[in-house]
Amino acid sequence: MTRTLLGTAKYVSLVVASVVTLLPLVVLVMASLKTREEFQTTGPFTLPTTFTLENYATAFTGGRMALGFVNTMLVLGVSVAGAVVVGAMTAYAIDRFEFRGRRLVLGLFLVAVLVPGVTTQVATFQIVNGLGVYNTLWAPILLFLGTDIVSIYIFLQFVRSVPKELDEAAMLEGANRLTVFWRIVFPLLKPAIATVVIIKGFAVYNDFYIPFLYMPSRDLPVLSTSLFRFTGPFGAQWEVIAAGVIIVILPTLVIFLALQRYIYNGFTSGATK
Amino acid sequence: MGITTGPPAGPASGVRQALRRGRAGSRVGTRAARTAPRVGPDGRRRRRVELTPYLFLLVPVGLLVTFTYVPVMNMVGYSFTDWNGISKDRDVVGLANYARIFGGPEYFEVFFVSLYYFAASFVQMGLALYFATVLSFSTRFRNLFKGILFFPYLINGVAIGFTFLYFFRPGGTLDTTLAALGLEALTTQWLGNPDVINVSLAGTSVWRYTGLNFVLFLGAIQSINPHLYEAAELDGANRWDQFRWIILPSIKPVVTLSFILAVSGSLAVFEIPYVMTGGANGSETFVIQTIGLAFEMRPRRVGLASAMAVVLLLFVLLITWIQRKVVPDEKVNLT
Repeated sequence: MTRTLLGTAKYVSLVVASVVTLLPLVVLVMASLKTREEFQTTGPFTLPTTFTLENYATAFTGGRMALGFVNTMLVLGVSVAGAVVVGAMTAYAIDRFEFRGRRLVLGLFLVAVLVPGVTTQVATFQIVNGLGVYNTLWAPILLFLGTDIVSIYIFLQFVRSVPKELDEAAMLEGANRLTVFWRIVFPLLKPAIATVVIIKGFAVYNDFYIPFLYMPSRDLPVLSTSLFRFTGPFGAQWEVIAAGVIIVILPTLVIFLALQRYIYNGFTSGATK
Repeated sequence: MGITTGPPAGPASGVRQALRRGRAGSRVGTRAARTAPRVGPDGRRRRRVELTPYLFLLVPVGLLVTFTYVPVMNMVGYSFTDWNGISKDRDVVGLANYARIFGGPEYFEVFFVSLYYFAASFVQMGLALYFATVLSFSTRFRNLFKGILFFPYLINGVAIGFTFLYFFRPGGTLDTTLAALGLEALTTQWLGNPDVINVSLAGTSVWRYTGLNFVLFLGAIQSINPHLYEAAELDGANRWDQFRWIILPSIKPVVTLSFILAVSGSLAVFEIPYVMTGGANGSETFVIQTIGLAFEMRPRRVGLASAMAVVLLLFVLLITWIQRKVVPDEKVNLT
């Protein structure tokens, strides 16, 4: 008796939580499909009568989301690829060599993870400006690469699990260190690479403050900043803003559905840095 | 092990171990040198081998120093000046910026806003723990529920901000729902009323982040040996006993760690209130104020903003230090 009661309570709580989670998004989808008049005359729970995609077109073109999408993908591609190579190289160097300053380097990375990025922007701005990359795509790329410490942790874990005997065997065959790294160790790091690509990919796609602070030019939007600027031109046009929000969420949903298992794995191994 | 294919310790503990392994590492190093191709008569080969780690680390360490250490050091330097971020000259004002922050409510009061997010992190942990426990037992549509609860964590912060602007707007989703339930009396300006605005924003934060905690807890619970439950059931333990005596002790380190991360997170809240209200109506947080002073105000007040950022950094470092004391790394075994 108590078992079934508990069982029911469990499902009720799960359904309630799902509704609370999905409701804010579902009403947005409904709003995005309504025409202007229909939006103004109906409540948030009224289903749209005419399924129009006009708001999506307006958001995509008028909101410069197409350009934002291209810029986001450029930044994402370069930063993620860079993070993988840089992270793997660092981990390899720290794990496989004994050299003067090894502990210092390790300590630098260990301490840096404690510094929350958002606190140092005041001074980072001067550096970015001094390098002459302010208001270019290089600003976010360099910042995403330069403050990427989690990937190094993840790679350190995996490099250690690659047996050193493999390196030694290859070097006896005459391979140099770079070849060993590139041909032997790097391909064995696939699980770590998947984790880093996922964590880093979502971080870059979703990041707001770095492009917001370092690429304020209206001609250099990424998805986040183009959406953020909707408040101006589309002021109270909620049906267009809703469409913009859905445009940003849709790729996330597709990737999530396609890669669920890897995403859970990636975030559980990366979140507790 | 758990739900991931990763190696058995948290990344941070890995670094700790690496630090400790310093000596063992050196042994490996000499072994590697011995098996490396033999040195030529002029010794060039050996020199190249010794240079390799530095070449590998040139770019990563360069980036690390440029974008983390130099800014932190500069920031500390700026914090003792009245610099506006542009002009060539700046005056050293000593501790004046710090005195201003701690001297009156004007700048320090934003810290109290963090208390809302801090309180919300209790709600967040509680919900995550409940759903992780429930879904660790066999449940119909388990993966569906798991996916739904986790998904908000993946969504772009600006998109979440707008989603909840729409949700909280007068006559919007929340008001309509309350009306349908006969609770119109509760309706208020969710983002206009200074008494509730931070509750609304902290609630949005719970919606966004619960999924991550939930998935972390679920992973930890699933790495518990199932025989423990069977043994407990044979001894007559009910579900609550199993939770209290098996699940809770096993995941305590993860819960503590997540909680402390949530605390330092509540100090550095920025995105949700900035996107949704711009810090208006009493929702300004410490980071919004810092960014405003350094980037938006005319003239910019980089000196004061730097001092605030240093204060925030020290708070976060203090909390992290407490975390390391309370939860030794080795015990956090998530993956």
